[in-house]
Amino acid sequence: MSNGAMFRTCPDTGLKFHRPAESLMKANAVAAVVFLLVGGFFGLLVGLTRWPEVHLLEAESFYLVLTGHGINVLIFWIIFFEMAVLQFCSSTLLGCRLATPQLAWTAWGLMVAGALINNYAVLWLGNSSVMMTSYAPMPADPLFYLGLILFAVGALINCFIFLATLVIARSERTYQGSIPLVTFGALTAAIIAIFTIASGAIILIPTFLWSVGIVSNIDAGVYRLIWWAFGHSSQQINVSAHVAVWYAIAAIVFGAKPLSEKVSRVAFLMYIAVLQIASAHHLLVDPGLSSEWKIFNTSYAMYLAVMASMVHGLTVPGSIEAAQRARGLNSGLFEWLRKAPWGNPVFSGMFLSLVGFGVLGGITGVVMGAEQINLVMHNTLYVPGHFHGTVVVGTTLAFMALTYWLVPILFRRELILPKLASWQPYIFGLGMAGVALFLMGAGTLGVPRRHWDILFSGAADGGYEFSAAALTMMSLNGMSVVLACLGGALFILIVVGSLLFGRRLDEGAKVGREMIAATPADSAYKGIGVGAITIPGTLAMVFVFFAAFVLYYFINWKYLAETWGIS
Amino acid sequence: MTSLAPPTKQVWWREHIEKGELIWITVVVVWGIIMTLMMPFWHVYGDQNLSGETYKTTPAAFLEKTQAVVDQWTVRTEGQFNKPVVKPPVGADIYLVGRLWDWWPSYELEAGQSYRMHIMSTDWQHGFSLQPANINLQVLPGYDAVITVTPNKAGEYAIVCNEYCGVGHHNMVGKIYVTEGRG
Ligand SMILES: [Cu+2]
Ligand SMILES: [Cu+2]
Repeated sequence: MSNGAMFRTCPDTGLKFHRPAESLMKANAVAAVVFLLVGGFFGLLVGLTRWPEVHLLEAESFYLVLTGHGINVLIFWIIFFEMAVLQFCSSTLLGCRLATPQLAWTAWGLMVAGALINNYAVLWLGNSSVMMTSYAPMPADPLFYLGLILFAVGALINCFIFLATLVIARSERTYQGSIPLVTFGALTAAIIAIFTIASGAIILIPTFLWSVGIVSNIDAGVYRLIWWAFGHSSQQINVSAHVAVWYAIAAIVFGAKPLSEKVSRVAFLMYIAVLQIASAHHLLVDPGLSSEWKIFNTSYAMYLAVMASMVHGLTVPGSIEAAQRARGLNSGLFEWLRKAPWGNPVFSGMFLSLVGFGVLGGITGVVMGAEQINLVMHNTLYVPGHFHGTVVVGTTLAFMALTYWLVPILFRRELILPKLASWQPYIFGLGMAGVALFLMGAGTLGVPRRHWDILFSGAADGGYEFSAAALTMMSLNGMSVVLACLGGALFILIVVGSLLFGRRLDEGAKVGREMIAATPADSAYKGIGVGAITIPGTLAMVFVFFAAFVLYYFINWKYLAETWGIS
Repeated sequence: MTSLAPPTKQVWWREHIEKGELIWITVVVVWGIIMTLMMPFWHVYGDQNLSGETYKTTPAAFLEKTQAVVDQWTVRTEGQFNKPVVKPPVGADIYLVGRLWDWWPSYELEAGQSYRMHIMSTDWQHGFSLQPANINLQVLPGYDAVITVTPNKAGEYAIVCNEYCGVGHHNMVGKIYVTEGRG
């Protein structure tokens, strides 16, 4: 194939798409959306069952569906999408051919097969309702572990293909100087993914062998230690990936450039630097681990990552503010934000993701990760409340926002139902923020996670009567789940509808609106902001955030101090 | 250039840092240090800390010790299965078994007094969740974890299981009664 046939230059953005990479990105993105649909539907069933007045499913179906929900959305949807992000950030952003597309198809096939096998074990065999964490020694079907292992192998291959593509781009000089910031973010995600999958292999392979009778015993404590090295760092992949997507969208919508490449890149590097045993904050009330170990591994491992996220939380909106001000929206603290394109789902989704991740997911994760505070939160609904803030409002909403841009640019289809699309991030974001808040509220009142019946209608000698406030929280959570699922369904309707029925954009045809905003000239950046501070609006916002953080942090220490003495 | 393109200055680590960024980074670093210090601080001045004292043991050995406590200090039985309610002397070592699907036995403790509570699972993982005190611990098979508890309020407490442990999980409930201390 000649070079011209191998590549397509996007008429709107000037990006050079390697055709084989393009097909792979589409395949990964489509697989992602399919699993989002499946897992999201299960989420609806979970929410409706937890709604005390509705209590939809029977116990066994509830635990089965809860297992399927976690695995399909948290693992399959997100990681398939991340594979597309890795391919985009390497091949497309560097204008380079993707290394070994053939192998990348094998990886895709392995991942699809793994996901199907795992779902077969959970949904069809019905003997693998072990939740996403599959804590040994509770056994699942061997196919459950096998499916996850195949999926992980596929993902691992894609990470190496990503690295190989970076090497090719460098040696073929498809770009000058350093790789772009967004690619750098993707690189951190890929490196973390390799570590993550290695940990996953160390624990899932013996567990698989145990499930078929070759290994005789899996220690519950060791399982948790290694499983969380995998489980925790996989969340770090998501954070790196969605932060990279935030930067990408800031560039797409505003032509924003990083305030400082150095700060943003070092912040990404910190995610890698603190990987080792960051699983500690999942084990804070586990037996057999000393407080010294817990404190060291949560603080070096977590607070550094937290710092990094807090830095991105300034630099992403800060870069937007600077670009807007350079464009003349320079008056007051917030003109730049007021006049942002709130009707464009690419922007609104990204901005809601940023705020939601920081406020709902970030603050609560740090509070819950303080060694002693964990005593009053561990395994309550506070935990899923927290991670619906990080992974759904944060990661999922960011990926949805990017998808609205990818539909015309990658899939070459005009978006259908643009009016609905402009509402979708708000509906989904609001619903999911409700889920996060009400689950955390219920968790604070002691309501357990992964629990079918908090009314204890079947407990032999009576159960425990949770407060009316806790039950109200669960009803409100149910309503929020419905709203969020409406938003999720709209997303799938719009995206799938566009791929099937959207107006086709021919090779040379332009979308007709600006798909990557022009960067303001360097000279336009001179004299923006107030005095020496170029981004006063963002600074004001992060200080409000910080005040809320400090307040909430100490409130929880006080809450802890009111319970029984423990030593 | 934007974040989608290589940086203009080819060597990105020589770029300048915005003043706003510097202010924020300083705040963030200081806050990270404060939060890290809060945990050891609480170990010294706070009343809720896990000692981490743990012994590896077997279900049989743990059940035997539990049975001994039940035999010695049971004051009554209750419920459909005549579950013993054990009233141990202040400061005693007491044993709580988490198993499919109950917490065994029940206890009656005194407010303001301390007890060395050993908790272990004899099968799968469970979650000890004491309500409404809202104290939550992971309970593992093979790990005898010792927690010295000092109840601070009289009343009836439930132990809910908050780690999923199979289809009977939501019915796994235990009891701890706390009586007014002798002052
Ligand atoms: Cu974690
Ligand atoms: Cu249990």
